[in-house]
Amino acid sequence: MARREREDVVIRVQGLRNGFGEQIVHEGLDLEVRRGEILGVVGGSGTGKSVLMRSIIGLQTPLEGSIEVFGENTIGREETEATNIRKRWGILFQGGALFSTLTVSENVQVPIKEFYPGLDQALLEEIAAYKVVMTGLSPDAGPKFPAELSGGMKKRAGLARALALDPELLFLDEPTAGLDPIGAAAFDELTASLQKTLGLTVFLITHDLDTLYAICDRVAVLADKRVIAVGTIDELLALDHPWIQEYFRGPRGRAAVASAERAQART
Amino acid sequence: MRGSADFERVDEGGGTTLRFTGNLSLACLRDLPDRLNAVDGPVARLDLSDVERLDTVGAWLVHRFARDHGSSIDGLEADEQHLLDQVAAAEHPIELPRKAADPFTRMLGEVGDAIYVAGSTMYGLLGFMGATTIAFWNVFTHPRRFRFNATVHRFEVVGVSALGIIGLMSFLIGIVIAQQGAVQLRQFGAEVYTINLVGRITLRELGVLMTAIMVAGRSGSAFAAQIGTMKLTEEIDAMRTIGVSPMEALVVPRTLAVVLMMPLLGFYASLIAIMGGGLLCWISLDIPPITFIQRIREVVPLTDLWVGMIKAPVFGAIIAISGCFQGMQVEADAEQVGARTTTAVVQAIFLVIVLDAFFAVFFSEVGWI
Repeated sequence: MARREREDVVIRVQGLRNGFGEQIVHEGLDLEVRRGEILGVVGGSGTGKSVLMRSIIGLQTPLEGSIEVFGENTIGREETEATNIRKRWGILFQGGALFSTLTVSENVQVPIKEFYPGLDQALLEEIAAYKVVMTGLSPDAGPKFPAELSGGMKKRAGLARALALDPELLFLDEPTAGLDPIGAAAFDELTASLQKTLGLTVFLITHDLDTLYAICDRVAVLADKRVIAVGTIDELLALDHPWIQEYFRGPRGRAAVASAERAQART
Repeated sequence: MRGSADFERVDEGGGTTLRFTGNLSLACLRDLPDRLNAVDGPVARLDLSDVERLDTVGAWLVHRFARDHGSSIDGLEADEQHLLDQVAAAEHPIELPRKAADPFTRMLGEVGDAIYVAGSTMYGLLGFMGATTIAFWNVFTHPRRFRFNATVHRFEVVGVSALGIIGLMSFLIGIVIAQQGAVQLRQFGAEVYTINLVGRITLRELGVLMTAIMVAGRSGSAFAAQIGTMKLTEEIDAMRTIGVSPMEALVVPRTLAVVLMMPLLGFYASLIAIMGGGLLCWISLDIPPITFIQRIREVVPLTDLWVGMIKAPVFGAIIAISGCFQGMQVEADAEQVGARTTTAVVQAIFLVIVLDAFFAVFFSEVGWI
């Protein structure tokens, strides 16, 4: 039973402590992400949501604490071991972080070429082409350079690159920020559909209440330098924390509930 | 742990069936794509009921094969069918990168491009000089718009901070000129003319020229990179919308700083170079400093100093304007910042040397020999 439980936890963060100089961002932060769920991470600006993500993916070395991904410790690992984990996740950064000297299609091919050399170029092009279309970009976006794309298109291209390896774990840093509502809803739908078909686990940082209601299985709330609560939105609403209450019960929260209910009624 | 992707060919009465097994996923493909390509003839069915896991790459391969061979796909679970449908829906024709033209045509094209770029850059630079002049005029007529603090800060960055490296460079150049000159002139028994050589060449040419090259490398490049990055982060656009002219806020202080600092730095460089030359004369030719200075005063006409000091601000203007101009040309991506910075330095040094040649002819013609 204990072993099974461990397998079902994809990311386990324990006693995480992060800081820059004098300023402490995280203190004793614990978090578990289960296999196959979409976990939304919310928190006020500056509560260290992105820092948490960077710690998990190994871009930021924490001062203290342990982080396990797929049951393996990610802190202070050898580069060669780390690549085995990197094959299994995909990351979408806030601004897309596309390589500016490569076309969108080449951007998508980079991780595939890096980890699976030897696939022929025509197949790579085909893979890149359907990934680009799957993320909702128009087919002619493939040969374009990132500089020619709008912000929303860059995000989609970034998602196409994050999905290049058909990862088991997907990190999304504010995927819907800066998208128009229709685009954001389509992005949510896309995430949910990919999650369903590929059995993805998604670590989703967001400020978008609609996204939380629409696709997140559980929501983790970051405040006071740690995760103060994890659970479904209903469970969170039952808690008596002022920030959570204000977040979900504020005008925007109520609007998101209403639209989620409308969407439910339609189906 | 995981079975790699595989398939076997079963020929039954009705037709050929390919039965897939294992993980049809990117990590487990191995040589499957090549083997699928090698299958020929009509294949009626693709049986995927024994497949353990299917990802989009696997789904794509199955879809492509079925499309090319007109096969039906069987044995999918609901989720897998959904995935296959999604991949199939996302299909669209690809264009493989075009083959490059033959080398001769390509070379002609590149030469043409280079000439066009050189021409349009010069044209743009000319326009930018005009814009800078207008900005200076605007600041002159509205002195309140002059950014005093920014300009003084540029004085420090361009001038004071450069004193160390320019001094060291000039000192060494002075020594090298004196040493090389002494070796050559000794053959004619004319070592004493080393003093003429050092004094005149540093004041007329090398002091200012080497300073210009150093300032182009230090400050011209910095201007291009700073302004280029500001363009990328939309700072320049923000300035414009607030009503601040980037020409007045960024270009005028930088240009003014370099124009004012160049003569000072050039004079300083010449002086240090003469000291370096003097030191070498003292050590290797036994000419004491007092004699060296006396000779310098006798053989170096004051016009040599003017030649250098007249050139310096012009060189400074060229360096600052091409740095700012190239920075302003940055668009779109980070790579351009690097490319434009390089261009700024190359352009500045090239123009400085071209102008120096013109000045040399001009001053000879007016009799300042």
